[in-house]
Amino acid sequence: MKEVNRDEVRGLIERGAQLVELLPRPEYEEEHLAGAINIPLKELSEETVRQLDRDAPVIVYCHDYQ
Amino acid sequence: MSPRAAWRLESLGFTEVYDYAAGKADWAAAGLPVEGKATEAPRIGEVARTDVPTCELRERIGDVRERVRAAGWDTCLVVNEERVVLGRLFRTELDGEADASAETVMRSGPSTFRPNVSVEEMTRFMRERGISTAVVTTSDGRLVGLFQWNVPAEG
Repeated sequence: MKEVNRDEVRGLIERGAQLVELLPRPEYEEEHLAGAINIPLKELSEETVRQLDRDAPVIVYCHDYQ
Repeated sequence: MSPRAAWRLESLGFTEVYDYAAGKADWAAAGLPVEGKATEAPRIGEVARTDVPTCELRERIGDVRERVRAAGWDTCLVVNEERVVLGRLFRTELDGEADASAETVMRSGPSTFRPNVSVEEMTRFMRERGISTAVVTTSDGRLVGLFQWNVPAEG
């Protein structure tokens, strides 16, 4: 696992990275990075990550550092 | 909480996992694309005038004035080569000594606002303070444009 900054995120998206917002659904529905899917942290499990491609990079994020 | 999720994904067999710790607050403040209900309301970054005149620190006020007036403006933003806003020239400074440099007369460090602020929120703030323009920059200070709003005449 590596922490990345905004420019690195942009580069990874160009490489086909998948964006995953970890916040609860209402916050995701209010605003999220274009193209991100929502898997709230509390719902992260073998089953919910099946929608992700294991061969492509995955970027997870919340609101900010907190 | 995103580092925990990243580690969890690795434990679930994902081999290339990244944690964008600065998150969507950082992304939106940079004016990068977002989706969702909140984006239905217009943002100041979308309507800011990107043709606001700019000049460099060492430019002569006389030359800047000529260019700014010819473009129909009465303000100019002083930027560096990275388009980071360092100062602002209003009419008073533009009308000053022609041989002075922008650097010596500019108003340093103008207040700036992020492009993801809603037009509604921004105009409310401006109305309360009686200001009619706001400099819009990304979170790292790069110029997006000048948001203008006409303060209604009193009375």
